[in-house]
Amino acid sequence: MLGYALRRVLSAIPIALIAVTICFFILRLAPGGPFDGERALPPLVLANLRAHYNLDQPLVVQYFIYIWRLLHGDLGPSMVIEGFSVSRLIAIGFPFTLTLALTAFVIATFVGLVAGMIAAVNQNKWPDYVLVLVVMIGVIIPNFLMAALLQLWFGVYLRWFPAGGWVNGSWMHLVLPVTVLAWPHAARISRLMRGSMIEVLGTNYVRTARSKGIGQRLVLARHAIKPALIPVVSYLGPGLSYLLTGSLAVEQIFGLPGIGKYFITAALNRDYGIVLGTTILYMFIILALNLIVDLVYAWLDPKVRYR
Amino acid sequence: MPNTVLTVEDLSVTFALHDSEVHAVRDMNFTLTESEILAVVGESGSGKSQAFLSIMGLLARNGRATGKAMLGDINLVGMNKSQLDAYRGKDIAMIFQDPMTSLNPSLRVRTQLAEVLVKHRGFDKDKAIRAAIEMLERVGIPEPAKRANAFPHELSGGMRQRVMIAMALLCQPKILIADEPTTALDVTVQAQMLDLFKSLTQDFGTALVLITHDLGVVAGVADRMMVMYGGRAVEKGKVDDLFYDPRHPYTLGLLHSTPHIAHRAARLDPIQGLPPSLEHLPKGCSFNPRCAFRFERCLIERPPLTPTGEGREKACFYEGELSYEKVA
Amino acid sequence: MAGITGKDAVLTDYANKLATLDAPKGRSLTQDALRRLTRNKAAVVSIFLLLAIVLIAFIGPYFLPWSYSQVDWTAIRKPPDFDKGHFFGTDQNGRDMLARVLQGTQMSIIVAAVATVVSVSIGVVYGAIAGYFGGRVDAVMMRIVDIMYALPYILFVIILVVMFGRNPVLLFVGIGAIEWLTMARIVRGQTLSLKEKEFVEAAKAGGAKPWTIIMRHIVPNLTGPVVIYATLTIPEIIIAESFLSYLGLGVQEPQTSLGTLISFGAPVAEVLPWMLLAPAAVLVTMLLCLTYIGDGLRDALDPKDR
Repeated sequence: MLGYALRRVLSAIPIALIAVTICFFILRLAPGGPFDGERALPPLVLANLRAHYNLDQPLVVQYFIYIWRLLHGDLGPSMVIEGFSVSRLIAIGFPFTLTLALTAFVIATFVGLVAGMIAAVNQNKWPDYVLVLVVMIGVIIPNFLMAALLQLWFGVYLRWFPAGGWVNGSWMHLVLPVTVLAWPHAARISRLMRGSMIEVLGTNYVRTARSKGIGQRLVLARHAIKPALIPVVSYLGPGLSYLLTGSLAVEQIFGLPGIGKYFITAALNRDYGIVLGTTILYMFIILALNLIVDLVYAWLDPKVRYR
Repeated sequence: MPNTVLTVEDLSVTFALHDSEVHAVRDMNFTLTESEILAVVGESGSGKSQAFLSIMGLLARNGRATGKAMLGDINLVGMNKSQLDAYRGKDIAMIFQDPMTSLNPSLRVRTQLAEVLVKHRGFDKDKAIRAAIEMLERVGIPEPAKRANAFPHELSGGMRQRVMIAMALLCQPKILIADEPTTALDVTVQAQMLDLFKSLTQDFGTALVLITHDLGVVAGVADRMMVMYGGRAVEKGKVDDLFYDPRHPYTLGLLHSTPHIAHRAARLDPIQGLPPSLEHLPKGCSFNPRCAFRFERCLIERPPLTPTGEGREKACFYEGELSYEKVA
Repeated sequence: MAGITGKDAVLTDYANKLATLDAPKGRSLTQDALRRLTRNKAAVVSIFLLLAIVLIAFIGPYFLPWSYSQVDWTAIRKPPDFDKGHFFGTDQNGRDMLARVLQGTQMSIIVAAVATVVSVSIGVVYGAIAGYFGGRVDAVMMRIVDIMYALPYILFVIILVVMFGRNPVLLFVGIGAIEWLTMARIVRGQTLSLKEKEFVEAAKAGGAKPWTIIMRHIVPNLTGPVVIYATLTIPEIIIAESFLSYLGLGVQEPQTSLGTLISFGAPVAEVLPWMLLAPAAVLVTMLLCLTYIGDGLRDALDPKDR
């Protein structure tokens, strides 16, 4: 198991490096720059600015400077917000984004698994039909529309929860954003879980377990859930990364102080530093998530470890 | 007179399909006595497995069983699942056809064995594992303590079937149902497995139901046999009687399509035609399209299962001598 | 937004199945699936409904009294009014909502269609080249695909859109340019198995160039995956487009798209509910239809699934 883990970690390193390279060059090769504001800057100021951010050097040199800094954990300065380093912006915004996404992730995964299981055990009875309906709504309504509808209904008409904004430490402000984020995730998890659970409940080994008379609860808990989780687990990694990226939009819609706000503003201002820094951060998170998923997978399915 | 352990009366199994019903088993009757080995023989689709799955409460969701299966004075048919759990695994156990897929791939062997004892005998986990290892040894698994820690995919097919046998016998059940227990195994392993069945069930006084399509399996092992066709029993009796003097044309056909034991046949002949579809059983005797001895009555009326003396029963109108030459 | 319809899993299964069959059988597998699809009531109804929406979106504007950018100074922020011909009401600028919704629907459909064509084309060509040449070329090309999978998709789209300006054409291309990964994988697998077949050998022996072989012998065998891929990709792109427009990064005024309309309708939905409901209903209906068609295709491909 340890050797397997080590091999997986090592193979992720070159992928990360290449991905950073691709992002770097795509951003830099695109037309426009951070200082093409509405008001043209005097040439001398512009040259100074460019020199300050190393933009006057050949692209390859910039690339190596960037990688060198990255290896030291430095994501460089923001080019638009003066005196702010990208790392600092991330330190301010990311914890909020992460909290939002993780809360949604935990709730949605739990709800999705339980709902999927209940639907599978009651296949083609009313709990199953209710689930199919709820899943359908979650999957087809895009998050920004869902946000608008929930804001309108629960925020404006019923006034149960604030429709947007943020007051420090107020969980009421998180209810609607978390619901918007969690719903589609829970929907997909429950769909996967339902499918794989139905498959597992039809297997010979579950029949064996039933034939032993150990009771429905043990049959499900010990014999069915673990194998049924295998396809679900492989979705959790991508699922969390959707939540993290989806969170950017939800923050924007609900006016929450996460990294999404900075990212979208930075993209509009062509602030290479922040855009690249955020993208790289997300990339690393996604790679790490895939890695974790692979390891959990190996635990769930003992056969994988020996390959 | 040995004790009767199971009495099955008028057992029928139906499956609800999209807009119709299929009768997989109809009006099955038999009794099982202690230590007896009953072979249930038939082609696939004859209902032999479904009959016993229904007794175990393991029918597919759309299946329904009626009739009685009396374990002592308890009727297992139609009992709800949680009540049934008090008996299955303890008094009545089942072994399935495919040992490769019948063990849970994500659990260690010892977990899968021990849980039976924890549930039915109230053992604590350690004691259950020790007992499980003992049972593994008893079914002829070398290094049982090591194998108990293995996952199923680390064991060979024969080894897995031994684990299945050990699992079924842990509580020394009154009845063991083995559904095609040797079909998926190598021929060399098959014989060992049958010996194991025979000796263990004798030791425990367990009655064994051997469901098979292979008469070769029946020959050396079973005491009595029941031949099934199209969901019904067509002939019943002692194995020797049926082998040397089959009275139903289907039994005769089966004997001649099996190697080794078709003493009188010079060659091997499969039965002509295909097993019937349960949705479209022919009128009259279900076997009539494939029968060389049929006459008018067989096309109109269904022959009931009737005693013919010496503890035998058959469901056939033909009273003349069954000679294989006529079939060929 | 990749994976909203779970298309990666569906397509991978499908490709595995295709790989085990000979080329002609692979085609009949697809035909069987399409035949089964026509027996799925929900899917058939969805197909007709979707066709109706597309037709109305493109033909409807010619029959309306108002165009999408025309201002009716007598009717600003007005609810539906049949006498004046504002069937869905008007927005804050006095523009007819029905005309705007139809224009927005057109835009969403065009974006989806173009982006799908772009991604299918890139995917087919890329995958066919990797599969046909095999060896090191294949290894490097597929490694790149693996890496691209690791990139955060929507961030990437945002970056592209911002970097290349807010030009709808570039928007289509940008979205399409990121969606092709799964397609490339499948085409590669298909090509790997097809290139061993006799008819390709024969073409090679006859002196045909690689490009000719790919276009004439390999691509025609890919109809099945392309159809499925497109069906499952279109809703993803519609969502991505409306999302970008919602953020203000997509289609620009006076042109509009369903996402833009929703983003304008949402803040005023309390007082002018028709501004949110009309575009939202169209968007949800289209996505619902596409989901049913996708589900139908999935069932048709794997009947044992349910």
